[in-house]
Amino acid sequence: MSAPAGGTFVLDGEEVTFVAGQTVMQAALAAGRYVPHLCYHPEFRPHGSCKVCTLKVDGRWVTSCTLPAAAGMRVESRGEEIDEMRRTLVQMLFVEGNHFCPSCEKSGDCRLQAVAYDVGMMTPRFDHFYPDRAVDASHPDILLDFNRCILCELCVRASSEVDGKGVFALSGRGITKHLVVNSESGRLADTDIAVTDKALEVCPVGVILRKRVGFAVPIGQRRYDREPAADQALRDAPRPPAGAAQGAEG
Amino acid sequence: MQGPSISPADRQRRLDAILERHGKARTELVQILREAQEPEGWIRPEAVTTIARALKLPRARVEGVAGFYGFLHVRPGGRYRLRFSDNITDRMAGSEALLARICELLWVERGRTSEDGLVSVDTTSCTGMCDQGPALLVNGWAIPRLNRERVEQIAELVRAGQPVAQWPRELFAVEDNIRRADILLGARLAPGEAIRAALARGSGSLRESASNERSWREAIEIAPQGPRAVLEELKLSNLRGRGGAGFTTGLKWEACAAAPATPRYVVCNADEGEPGTFKDRVLLASHADLVLDGMTVAAYAVGARHGYVYLRGEYRHLLAPLQATLDRRRRDGLLGASICDWPGFDFDITVHLGAGAYVCGEESALIESLEGKRGVPRNRPPYPVTSGYLKQPTVVNNVETFCAAALIAVRGGEWYRGVGTARSAGSKILSVCGDCARPGIYEYPFGTRVAQVLDDCGAESTQAVQVSGASGICIDATEFDRRIAFEDLPTAGAFMVFDETRDMFEVARNFVQFFAHESCGFCTPCRVGTTLVRKLMDKLAAGLGSPHDLAQIVDINRVLQSASHCGLGHTACNPVLDTMKRFRPAYEQRMVSLDFAPAFDLDGALARARAMTGRDDPGAHLAAMPWA
Repeated sequence: MSAPAGGTFVLDGEEVTFVAGQTVMQAALAAGRYVPHLCYHPEFRPHGSCKVCTLKVDGRWVTSCTLPAAAGMRVESRGEEIDEMRRTLVQMLFVEGNHFCPSCEKSGDCRLQAVAYDVGMMTPRFDHFYPDRAVDASHPDILLDFNRCILCELCVRASSEVDGKGVFALSGRGITKHLVVNSESGRLADTDIAVTDKALEVCPVGVILRKRVGFAVPIGQRRYDREPAADQALRDAPRPPAGAAQGAEG
Repeated sequence: MQGPSISPADRQRRLDAILERHGKARTELVQILREAQEPEGWIRPEAVTTIARALKLPRARVEGVAGFYGFLHVRPGGRYRLRFSDNITDRMAGSEALLARICELLWVERGRTSEDGLVSVDTTSCTGMCDQGPALLVNGWAIPRLNRERVEQIAELVRAGQPVAQWPRELFAVEDNIRRADILLGARLAPGEAIRAALARGSGSLRESASNERSWREAIEIAPQGPRAVLEELKLSNLRGRGGAGFTTGLKWEACAAAPATPRYVVCNADEGEPGTFKDRVLLASHADLVLDGMTVAAYAVGARHGYVYLRGEYRHLLAPLQATLDRRRRDGLLGASICDWPGFDFDITVHLGAGAYVCGEESALIESLEGKRGVPRNRPPYPVTSGYLKQPTVVNNVETFCAAALIAVRGGEWYRGVGTARSAGSKILSVCGDCARPGIYEYPFGTRVAQVLDDCGAESTQAVQVSGASGICIDATEFDRRIAFEDLPTAGAFMVFDETRDMFEVARNFVQFFAHESCGFCTPCRVGTTLVRKLMDKLAAGLGSPHDLAQIVDINRVLQSASHCGLGHTACNPVLDTMKRFRPAYEQRMVSLDFAPAFDLDGALARARAMTGRDDPGAHLAAMPWA
């Protein structure tokens, strides 16, 4: 297929320039316009599962991290209706798992928590599911606490695409969907995971944890204590080289 | 079939043979897992490891695929797995009492395996036997028309340890129940007739078997050549997909034919999972040649050399007959190289058996499953016509659509569009079930009124009809003048009848349970939202409901409608919203308060403490407290 040229679209009344191959969210972030998200990570192919980045294009609801940007789009990412939608999605993620921020060692470093603040979540709204999920402490250096998993698949993607290992995969379906690890025993200790793996680094919540360093940085001085999620996302957003108007790769 | 214990060496030999037979291809993973499971009813951990190694996949990925499908197990269950179909029509026919009865007879709890590992009993989503329900699956084989005697007979066979292959054949007899045939079911075409007609159309030569198509003969002067002619005929017919979405078939085929990449594929979606639908089962059982003719015509039109039938796991009993039909067609020159002696027209078909996942009826999820993966719908665009199976251009059509296409190849598009209404050409096959005297298959021209169908099937005192299954629309008696047509009541075929004795709240609750069970879990709104709605409906059913809960459902629906990844989430709340609107009292009578009531029942939670302390005096109940 011939690569369509870049162009501009209108985001909440302001013009945003994009290069060919960028999705709506990538173009927005590169232009300094934040769209809340959880399963998207600039180093990985967009996934489109958390749906927190949902917004309206030409009046239709779309997933902005997977929709290719096109010239002339009218994109709305603000307003009570959209905020409420995102808030509800984050609330859903909170009630389906066991998220107890005050006792979680990832508090302050947790994307889910940061995005919850970001979208103005004040209560869980729905009754908690309180699922029964076992932790896996078999590995000497790494702990898996599945209670906090939001099923973003970043570890699955990182382990297979960057680490070249395939330590993680998803099993089950629907509300019973869950992470599994790559060993016959089902224990992390029997996989070839290493503490230096990308899979550890990308977990946005407190599932994949290095042991014995949980409180090395005190609460109050952590990642999202220092800088809100929005500012970090904008800073980390890949930007096309200056002058790149078209022909970027998809 | 499941025998007693198998030696490890024997197990390994069997597994190696399965892997060899499938060429150790990753695309065959679901088939490999299904076959590997057959001897013992589950896939052992070491078998998962062996399969992963042979296919050069991470073990966790293979486990994840097995874990996705309802009929694949990586943990042991009973040597006999009994699964009762749990559609609302099965329940109306008494499935719950029969399930309880067999649990009693076999000393097993629902959802558990008996202590001796002999049997497990549970429910499964609608198995497509609604006209002859209640039904169950024993180790994947369908047994319809359950009643007390049959259930006792089954319990006896299980207790005797009789292998399922040796159970009386009559238990497994599935009926067609064709009650009304129209242009399609009444066509009686010879196998291959549609292919020959398509080739003749393309070559511009007159057919010897021409019957009554004046319009086709008149058009021959200006007719385009080759596959183009077939595409034009199909476009002329205005045929729209019969699987529910109603996309124009001619345009779909044309887009696939125009896609530059090769090879291209033709896929028949026989993953008929919509509760209350069973017409594709009948088409595949008794009109398989028409389906396969349609697929072959499609292959000719789009230039495909290979096709797949994705047969739902519940229709396991159709696999061997279908394969026999494919073999016969190969012998008769209707499949394989140079079909109908047409040089270069090569096409063959493989049957892929599903493994219990409704979402695989969504075409991109179906393709993922065909590729041996978890059946999760893809991000679209791109669409399958340009990037489908193995990222190649792929036509995916419903079973009935292929039948109609075969008919059009013979009789012509002009003739076909003359049947039905201006915007809905042709006929529609309905799967009629529920409260009526004659459930079964009814074929009507589009535009037929609901009242007509109700009359024909012998429905009396009808309160509501659920058109097009759980994801469809529920209509009440004031709407029976409406018509089956894309412009009024579009349908994939299900037609469930409910008389005045039925509780429409329970109907909606059954569908809500279905969606929660079948959500693939990929996206947040559907994964969590369907379960939230199920819990809210359970709360109402428990008599703890309030208007606040209904408002919550409306809010959750908004999120599901706007943010879900695929149609499952978009439609999951339809049954609740439809019945809430039309049968409000069914909801209101369940509310304890006009404001808000918590799901948590404090006094109920004390029941355990009362049981432990042996107290049941007034002082042990909250209601007796002065502040209560």
